[in-house]
Amino acid sequence: MKLRLEARAVPSPIYVWTAPLIAALATLIVGFVVFSAFGKNPLAAFDAFFIAPIATRYGVAELLLKASPLMLIATGLAIGYRANVWNIGAEGQLTLGAIAGGGVALAVGDAEWPSALLLPMMFVAGAAGGMLWSAIPAWLRTRCNANEILTSLMLVYVATLLLSWLVHGPWRDPEGYNFPQSKIFAANAMLPILLPETRLNAGFLLALAIVAIAWLFVRKHIVGFEMRVAGLSPGAANYAGISWRRNIWAGMLAGGACAGLAGVSEAAGPIGQLLPSMSPGYGFAAIIVAFVGRLHPAGIALASLLMSLLYLGGESAQVNLALPSAVTGLFQGTLLFFLLAADVLVNYRPRLATATA
Amino acid sequence: MADTPTEAVPRLALRGITKRYPSVLANDGVDLDVLPGEIHAVLGENGAGKSTLMKIIYGVVEPDAGVMRWEGERVQIANPARARRLGIGMVFQHFSLFETLTVADNIRLALEPGQSRQLRQRIRDISTRYGLPLTPARRVHTMSVGERQRVEIVRCLLQKPRLLIMDEPTSVLTPQAAQRLFETLRTLASEGVSILYISHKLDEIRALCTRATVLRAGRVTGQCDPRRETTASLARMMIGGELPHTVHREANAGAPALRVHRLDVPADDPFGTRLSGISFEVREGEILGIAGVSGNGQKELLAALSGERTLARADAILIGSTPVAKLDASARRKLGLAFIPEDRLGRGAVPEMTLADNALLTARGDGNVARGFIRERSVVGFAKRTIAAFGVKAGGPDAVARSLSGGNLQKFIVGREIGQRPKVLLAAQPTWGVDVGASAQIRQALIDLRERGVAVLVVSEELDELIEICDRLAVMTQGRLSPAKPVRETSAEEIGLLMAGASPGETTQTGMSAPIRAEGPPRGAICTPARGSAAREPDGPLQGRTAECEARSSRDKPQACGDP
Repeated sequence: MKLRLEARAVPSPIYVWTAPLIAALATLIVGFVVFSAFGKNPLAAFDAFFIAPIATRYGVAELLLKASPLMLIATGLAIGYRANVWNIGAEGQLTLGAIAGGGVALAVGDAEWPSALLLPMMFVAGAAGGMLWSAIPAWLRTRCNANEILTSLMLVYVATLLLSWLVHGPWRDPEGYNFPQSKIFAANAMLPILLPETRLNAGFLLALAIVAIAWLFVRKHIVGFEMRVAGLSPGAANYAGISWRRNIWAGMLAGGACAGLAGVSEAAGPIGQLLPSMSPGYGFAAIIVAFVGRLHPAGIALASLLMSLLYLGGESAQVNLALPSAVTGLFQGTLLFFLLAADVLVNYRPRLATATA
Repeated sequence: MADTPTEAVPRLALRGITKRYPSVLANDGVDLDVLPGEIHAVLGENGAGKSTLMKIIYGVVEPDAGVMRWEGERVQIANPARARRLGIGMVFQHFSLFETLTVADNIRLALEPGQSRQLRQRIRDISTRYGLPLTPARRVHTMSVGERQRVEIVRCLLQKPRLLIMDEPTSVLTPQAAQRLFETLRTLASEGVSILYISHKLDEIRALCTRATVLRAGRVTGQCDPRRETTASLARMMIGGELPHTVHREANAGAPALRVHRLDVPADDPFGTRLSGISFEVREGEILGIAGVSGNGQKELLAALSGERTLARADAILIGSTPVAKLDASARRKLGLAFIPEDRLGRGAVPEMTLADNALLTARGDGNVARGFIRERSVVGFAKRTIAAFGVKAGGPDAVARSLSGGNLQKFIVGREIGQRPKVLLAAQPTWGVDVGASAQIRQALIDLRERGVAVLVVSEELDELIEICDRLAVMTQGRLSPAKPVRETSAEEIGLLMAGASPGETTQTGMSAPIRAEGPPRGAICTPARGSAAREPDGPLQGRTAECEARSSRDKPQACGDP
């Protein structure tokens, strides 16, 4: 007896939806082993990791708060990924968005501008900052054929250093006891809170709106359609006269704009100022979210909740079980690994074959 | 190979061979006897199960049921190595040669260790004995398709096979080269080698084979002596009905709709073909055919015409009176160009997408797109009309393209392109791999289009097809195009010789019976200087050299360069 994989004529409609569940289940099994290896009671650990963080109203608000930037960034990235435009540098684009949007907030400072004017200005500046940062790899790719995976990734470190220089130097708060951080934003530069006594803010609504717009673009707009064609079959795209340059620009700029918006919502939301690091790796985690969500806007919305839970669970596990912080990354990696493995079932059918001589 | 043919014991006997794939029953209880020294045809449409059956005999595919006997002994052929040890050789339709290696090296790679002694001498012996001239030291990339096939055959013959399987061997040959191959096969048969000859070309089988087994939908539907049958009776056995034929009226050509003037395109890869000095025009209401063995620049020409590759000099190609050579494919479509490409999946259609989405791939008019947004109802309507008009067998507009058979998908693509009411239609190998019924339907659609005043350009390897539907014919060899001639004033023999690289002047003196030389100088030579042949002058001087560079691939930036 041997296990064989047989290609399916048509992708299995069942496994398209159940593969993520299989992957989640396999991740739980690995978690069971890992927790046992640490000498923890697995059931208690699961409770601390997956149940406790969202058992309260505040916990649910935190879940949505952390899901917002992931949802935003992953939605933007997925537009490019569908067309095989591999923007890996969302973390840097988020940083530039925070710098640009935060820069507007700091420049206005204590002047009493209404929020209804100041916040849109910050978001526009943030989106522009993110797009500027993603335009560099797009230009290098269309002009010099430089691989956008490498250039966008390398620009992450440039962006981080730029922010670090700003908060250590020109933008450092003079009354901040020499800590590398900017002034705290004025109240009118902060996003309104949605649920009283939580940190959940209007950035969540922005993320949902972007998801809806992205769905409209991918499903109903001819450019979204053409980008899908280019991703599935470059030969057919060339045959139909679909411009690959246009696809690169559209894909990179969509990713940059969304990451920039996420940077502003972090700065004007839970953080409230500029710090040397504006994100615990949302720009990279969003890549996983995009794929777990099958590059589909609705899937991404769900996947961002799952990823957010992993962040919260990781923190909770550190506090309550004294587990190392790496456990969050471990779960993220395991989940992506099993998801890609389970995807085989979508296009292939496993068969137990009796070997005949 | 000196067996004495004994009628009693077939060399190969199959009983009840069955092979089931997830969606089709490829072979259903097939019985087949191959006698020593006979040329046995296996005849059937595409998808009838011929190739699966041959792969079972050669040990590539394992049957689900059935018995195989080799010279009376029951055998199980687990892999091709076992088949070769038994004495079964196979020449595949698609060659497996390394282009950068020599003939001798390619052959050595296929032999088992210890068999390679005095290889070059043995290659020469075999090739002279069977009329398959080869130079062992030559590199494969310099050789024509016919010569490459010889390498494959010699490679088989070195192993002294007693059964030789030939899978559609003439699909890549000129008519003359096919005749030479038949001579070789007859010599082999007279020495007692059994030959299994797979084809759907009925005339060929009647000329060559002594027995035929007909397959339809995986089953044996008949056994006959093809020499005593007519083409029509063989076709009835093969498709279970009458062979459809097309209606063709006299051409009534109007103004030129597509003009190509001194088109030069450098090769985009080391084994590609450089186009030089190509000039022709296609008028409204006529079908121009371009014949030629593939690999002589057809791919490059079609990419330049469709806009998949753009050129620096805009007026090298004109649609109507608009210079288009700098425009991309979608801009040319807006001017009334439609294109049926050679590859269906991955070029003419996106395999993973539905037929409705694949309609939208090129059909952007007819209200399918409004202000950048897709109008789904209109697109689905267009797809439904295409499916109905061409009798595409599919689940409907929601069926995924790759779930269709090759012929049905081709009908859909043809329907989609014609459905956009083009002014100029390019068609590359429009009936390649399509069954007889669908082929006739596609040919008729092209002729009907011509009747409506559309300029149609058909590039094909199937000479019979071109002669059937075209008004004028030109031949492509080594990146050059012969002057187009009215089909009535030419013959298959003349076209065949042109395909083999002879200049038009020579062809008038040589007929079918004359000794035919090797079918051609090296294909794919990067740059062959224009040979001054007076006969080529009238329709367009080929020596004219306008240097022209264009984007090597769509990713590089175009660079202009001057006349040297």
